[in-house]
Amino acid sequence: MNVTRRKFLKDTAALMGGLVIGFYLPSRGRAYAADLSPAKYPPDAFIHIAPDDQITIIVNKSEMGQGVYTSLPMLINEELEADWNRIGVESAPVAAVYNHTHMPMQLTGGSSSVSSSWDQMRSVGAVARTLLVRAAAEQWGVPEAECHVENGHVMHAKSGRNSSYGKLADAAARLPLPDRVELKEPKDFKLIGKPTRRLDTPAKTDGSAKFGLDVYLPGMLTVLVARSPVFGGKVKSYNADDARKQRGVHGIYQVPTGIAVAADGFWTAKTARDLLQIEWDEGDGARLSTPEMFAEYLELAKRPGLVARHDGDLVQGLKSAHRTVSAEYEVPYLAHAAMEPLNVVVDLKPDHCVIWTGTQAQTMDRAAAARVAGLKPEQVEIHTTFLGGGFGRRANPRSDFVTEAVQVAMAVGKPVKVVWTREDDMQGGNYRPMWADRIEAGIDKDGKPLAWKHTIVGQSIIEGTPFAAFMVHGGIDATSVEGAATIPYLIPNLEVGLHSPKNEVPVQWWRSVGHSHTAFVVETMMDDLAQLAGRDPVTYRLAFLPADSRYRGVLKLAADKSDWGGKLPAGHAHGVAVHQSFDSFVAHVAEVSLEDGRLRVHRVVSAVDCGMVVNPDGVRQQIESAIVYGLSAALHGEITLDKGRVVQSNFNDYPPLRFSEMPKIDVHIVKSSMPPSGIGEPGTPPIAPAVANAVFALTGKRLRRMPFGQESLA
Amino acid sequence: MISFYLNGKETKVDADPGTPLLWVLRDHLQMTGTKYGCGIAQCGACTVHLDGRAIRSCVTPLSMASGKKITTIEGIADTALGKKVQEAWNEVDVPQCGYCQSGQIMAAAALLHEHPHPSDSQITDAMDGIICRCGTYNRIHSAIKLASGGGK
Repeated sequence: MNVTRRKFLKDTAALMGGLVIGFYLPSRGRAYAADLSPAKYPPDAFIHIAPDDQITIIVNKSEMGQGVYTSLPMLINEELEADWNRIGVESAPVAAVYNHTHMPMQLTGGSSSVSSSWDQMRSVGAVARTLLVRAAAEQWGVPEAECHVENGHVMHAKSGRNSSYGKLADAAARLPLPDRVELKEPKDFKLIGKPTRRLDTPAKTDGSAKFGLDVYLPGMLTVLVARSPVFGGKVKSYNADDARKQRGVHGIYQVPTGIAVAADGFWTAKTARDLLQIEWDEGDGARLSTPEMFAEYLELAKRPGLVARHDGDLVQGLKSAHRTVSAEYEVPYLAHAAMEPLNVVVDLKPDHCVIWTGTQAQTMDRAAAARVAGLKPEQVEIHTTFLGGGFGRRANPRSDFVTEAVQVAMAVGKPVKVVWTREDDMQGGNYRPMWADRIEAGIDKDGKPLAWKHTIVGQSIIEGTPFAAFMVHGGIDATSVEGAATIPYLIPNLEVGLHSPKNEVPVQWWRSVGHSHTAFVVETMMDDLAQLAGRDPVTYRLAFLPADSRYRGVLKLAADKSDWGGKLPAGHAHGVAVHQSFDSFVAHVAEVSLEDGRLRVHRVVSAVDCGMVVNPDGVRQQIESAIVYGLSAALHGEITLDKGRVVQSNFNDYPPLRFSEMPKIDVHIVKSSMPPSGIGEPGTPPIAPAVANAVFALTGKRLRRMPFGQESLA
Repeated sequence: MISFYLNGKETKVDADPGTPLLWVLRDHLQMTGTKYGCGIAQCGACTVHLDGRAIRSCVTPLSMASGKKITTIEGIADTALGKKVQEAWNEVDVPQCGYCQSGQIMAAAALLHEHPHPSDSQITDAMDGIICRCGTYNRIHSAIKLASGGGK
């Protein structure tokens, strides 16, 4: 493959076309993404080769469990061909060279790390290798073409000479960058496509991996902030006399988000915070209670909204339908509830600010910190630690946790670690929005889907953020309707409408974003239509999926591997769902039963098509993970409001899936030569509908509300 | 001053006896492998061994550690069993974000100390209290089986 700038331009343009729908971030990056030249991404920004042959790969994406500290080094080393056992990883500082290839900022999200780095990182590795070979050839006075590389060495077979990368690195670094490099054809890959152990595993099994919460600075104080119990509320008055008297308390400060308690450690800060007496001006947010909100949403769903997609003649379609079905859906707010609660360490000096945190959004957070501190962005340094889970929460478009931490640092005047308790984290908003949906659909006398009217009601996560210019068109937030407006089934008369009510609850992307609710609605309704038509759910879907679509491959594979239609133990049933998100296609077949009236998911057979696979074991991990994340939401997850106050507070009333509830999971990967697409999120959307459809097969009861645990299934 | 044996080493701490052991380990001793997840014994990220038993350090006051042996993830490889568990975790490539894994490993090691060849239901009972949001439970099961000599 001959990669020139022109070729990059062409490839990237093609890639972007595919990404625009599924990608939730500003992907107007065509011009921006075009330049992947060696000069723009010089190898020394990403690869450090020490004289002792130790290689450090600087990774510009945040490691939050998705395996990017392994997959990106794999891309580099496919071309670099260093000794894999000598490769270590460091997180990148904030700098333009580390920006996402599709947008002018450093950011980890949208399941885009591998797809957006696929050409870039291989090219970086190839440039480095080219320079190392050139350095060796010059030293030996032989033609470059006679040299080859092997496991961290440049070799000249004719003369039997060889030299390690470590010995050549200094000379290689002095050479001018090549204008172009050759990249391997996929058939020649040695590392890409091979199951590869994660590079970060050893540090995560001996306690040495450093998360944000593990950062300690000399003289640092731990700070807990008492925030308004109602979103949008403000401190009216407070009394900190008792709190201030606690041993170890350094000071109490009013900051824009509430009252900050700075102390010598977490426990002192927490004990003191509990003693604060604060009167809040709760504001309009206090009117919000979940049942009333759903009632309002469902009323809105009956009215026409902004039209996100319109095909054919819906009114005529519904009128001429042989049979029709209509249904209302409710899905709740969800907290991300990563295992590591939010935290930020800030060391603020008059002309410099250093931040340690597990963030997915370095450039935005740096800009926010600079704004608060009155510094230039270049005066702010961010050290990205390991993230104890991200799921979207740590890419906050308002930089909420970093902004607050810098405000606290300014008030306290010493290095601070702002720690959110689990309760703070869970009640702190920035949730996946709650949604109400309404669908009316009809089939003709042959069972074919004839009409489909889907109305969606929920807050926009993009409106009011810097992403709105790219992602909100004509009042329609693309993430609100993704997976619904992109419904793949051949339905001649179709309309998808949207209402985006506003309220005080801050909302945000949550693993798989809009798909987390639209897949549930669309795929359970498709099951309704199959049942209405008296057809098998798999063959019915296949009949109305476009002939060349990649949905078909995963659907067939999952059906085949799960022995769909075969015999199951008594009291067990299968359900299926298929969905595309982040350009990847996933079908799940769930096997369920009821144990004493309680829903039990025994097994999930999953088929995934994410294009070319970098690390098959990483893909399996991500599908397993995405299923568990989606199942936690489907079975248990729910954030509700009572007069503006969040009812849930910790894992006792917001229970994630536990070990005893874990299904067996079989992951089957479709072999593909398509460019790599997302894998961190696409496994989440289809699990809730697969389970709901299995429950229907078992009981005849349709689940149209999440979490399912609320419904009586007996 | 309260003293205890931390990973085999006598350790003295000047802290309020009511302070949870978790925060003594982290804030006073900067032993950060033991994690804070919930603070109310719901998630198990803070699991350590007290005289060989798995306990939740987030709800265990420092006073209860007085004179006792405390083992944390940093000391897990000091015993043959602990090392075996850690190696099994590496072999199966269990962690994703990794935040809960100290607690998972400590719980698994305590289980295997008590039941060298645990049944599936014993594994479930021992591990049900340790939450993993990344969904590594099946790999944890495999790693425990491997460490107990049962193969993956």
